[in-house]
Amino acid sequence: MRFTKKDILDIHSLDPDEISFILDTAMGMKEISQRPVKKVPTLRGKTIVLFFQEPSTRTKLSFEIAAKRLSADSVAIAKAGSSMAKGETLIDTVKNLESMRPDVIVMRHSSSGAAVQVARRVDCAVINAGDGIHAHPSQALLDMMSVRENKGRLQGLKLAMIGDIAHSRVARSNIIGFSKMGANVSVCAPQTMIPAGIAALGCTVAPTMEACVADADVIMMLRIQKERQNDVLFPTEREYAGRFGLNKARLSLAKNDVTVMHPGPMNRGVEIASDVADADCSMILDQVTNGVALRMALYYLVAGGGRHADTD
Amino acid sequence: MQILIKGARVLDPGSIDEKKDVLIDGGKIAAILDPSDALPSGAVSSGALPPGADPQDTADMQVINAAGLVLVPGLMDIHVHLREPGHEYKETITSGLAAAAKGGFTAVCAMPNTVPVNDNAQVTRFILEKARLAKGARVYPVGAVSKGSAGTNLAEIQDMQQAGIKAVTDDGLPVANAQLMRRALEYCNGLSMPVFVHAEELSLVNNGAMNEGPAATFWGIKGIPNAAETVMVARDILLSQLTGAHVHFCHISCKESIAAIRSAKQQGIRVTCETAPHYFTLIDADVKDYDTNFKMNPPLRSKEDRDAVIQGLADGTIDAIASDHAPHSKEEKDLEFDQAAFGIVGLETSLPLSLHLVHSGALTLEELIRKMAKNPARILGINNDITPGSRADLTLIDLDEKITIDPAQFVSKSRNTPYGGMAVRGRAVCTMVGGQIVFSALKG
Repeated sequence: MRFTKKDILDIHSLDPDEISFILDTAMGMKEISQRPVKKVPTLRGKTIVLFFQEPSTRTKLSFEIAAKRLSADSVAIAKAGSSMAKGETLIDTVKNLESMRPDVIVMRHSSSGAAVQVARRVDCAVINAGDGIHAHPSQALLDMMSVRENKGRLQGLKLAMIGDIAHSRVARSNIIGFSKMGANVSVCAPQTMIPAGIAALGCTVAPTMEACVADADVIMMLRIQKERQNDVLFPTEREYAGRFGLNKARLSLAKNDVTVMHPGPMNRGVEIASDVADADCSMILDQVTNGVALRMALYYLVAGGGRHADTD
Repeated sequence: MQILIKGARVLDPGSIDEKKDVLIDGGKIAAILDPSDALPSGAVSSGALPPGADPQDTADMQVINAAGLVLVPGLMDIHVHLREPGHEYKETITSGLAAAAKGGFTAVCAMPNTVPVNDNAQVTRFILEKARLAKGARVYPVGAVSKGSAGTNLAEIQDMQQAGIKAVTDDGLPVANAQLMRRALEYCNGLSMPVFVHAEELSLVNNGAMNEGPAATFWGIKGIPNAAETVMVARDILLSQLTGAHVHFCHISCKESIAAIRSAKQQGIRVTCETAPHYFTLIDADVKDYDTNFKMNPPLRSKEDRDAVIQGLADGTIDAIASDHAPHSKEEKDLEFDQAAFGIVGLETSLPLSLHLVHSGALTLEELIRKMAKNPARILGINNDITPGSRADLTLIDLDEKITIDPAQFVSKSRNTPYGGMAVRGRAVCTMVGGQIVFSALKG
């Protein structure tokens, strides 16, 4: 198969074959990170700009390491050090970036749709590293990669997702992605965190956390965003943890071989109990490892010109 | 200079709907004649012509051959942002009134959210003076309810009324304080002036940028629920009932508000309302790929809401169509969706979009002209009958001309419209204000 997309903007615009192809490519990339010399020359001479208007640690580092392992030159700019802080518009900023002829712009932005708007204005590839509450495709793809690696399939699995669905780009991208790949997605949260019409994205809304995790193959917990507390989404972290936190008792309702995921950063003792986060069934650190491989695959597919990673 | 409009279907809802010739003299309608009548004595060409003969243009009389066209009372758009003073880069009084004339409007209501706010008679007089020099549509300024539209103290409403305002509103911002609203209603009732209400409960809007629902969830845009509008509509219906004052609801967008207003009217409460063409033309599912030309406030609602708006127009719950013409520069629209300004221009697209209601059978032409000319005038307390002796504010409409909306052709200074490339049918071909032709696309 040839990958023909210019950009990776969201999961909705990828079809199941493209998703499978990305995950296959990422599995091939994973081996590179296990070598003593963790570098291949595949993207030598390519320039990748990491344009992060919103703070990020792990996603930015993951994209940066992925670029280096493929020998691409990566440069990071942040809002604080850029002319965005001086009032330049987003489109002006990226048109300036484009004039320096990068091959890929990886962007994170606090406004939903920012990457979509940028992608239609620049000729280089754009990879969305998270836009507002819209999409986080590389996270959803690495989550699908991790589950497929662990379970051997996505088709027919039950994924339980608990947390602030309304304000989560990870939730949207995963609901769309997992359901597209044939998994059954069940979500649960206080109604304050369930957006209108969420079922249309491809999930059911469970009435209780217990019903949501019952017989689940995978449980994905979402971070409670403390910065949203003035939005009155729940009374206290204590009460939230009591009703929607993942603890051992709730975990026991899922399948015996259940896998627990979290996109990070975790609030231990709020959405996830420490003993669950550190349990054998937790895949949280594997997600991070796979993140590098998945992002290498995305670079390769949008900028690599179709040759295999290891044959250049 | 006299003007003779020959052979039009003259439609003044409730009084005339037949082929007539209309003679205009001294800025007023001088006579309404059967096509076979001789021109009255005093008309420039009279005497020289036998009955039924075609008069020609002379130095003193312009003859408009209006066969196949409809002549209606001048259309009035009672919700327009002219942006001057303060935001002349978006629109000026001159450009806005030219856009109005091109759209078939002989008068517009200018919203007070300028810089400075139209909250005193000096600003009101400035707007009227600029408009007088502009030679486009007339302007009826609308003053602020509260000083600076800050929602704390009443503005000098009576002073502004003497200077020429026809209504008050804090449009763009709701009057959040119910006691201030009550006092404003009581005060304006004594002045026989309506209060225009921008119904919005800001705590429910909560920085939303499009209609709350599946489309907003899909795009990851924070939603604005219908209740953000209807909560305030319900409050101000109750305050109208309490005070007996006339409340006019601006840009109504959703089914719950329409139901509340319908019920209030049935109880005899003095409320009227308007909607804008986008609320019967587009829905939230039309918002695609973060195109900020689809971002306005209130937002495009669901299909059920659009159907309720059309129903409300048909059954008379919705009195008027007003464009909520909201010009913004490219710089203010070419931004992230949540950062971009709310609002679209509407003066030059309002009539063609509204005529679609007639072509689709939702409204009769007579009903549409009530919504776009007669009821707006009634709400403001202005007479725009087509009758001898009245002011010659008239619009000639071609119901059938097929056109494609081209923002590059707008005379407004701004181009923020979602309708570029849309095929529509019908438009104004001549607009006359006080007997002066302020826009003409007539052939020959």
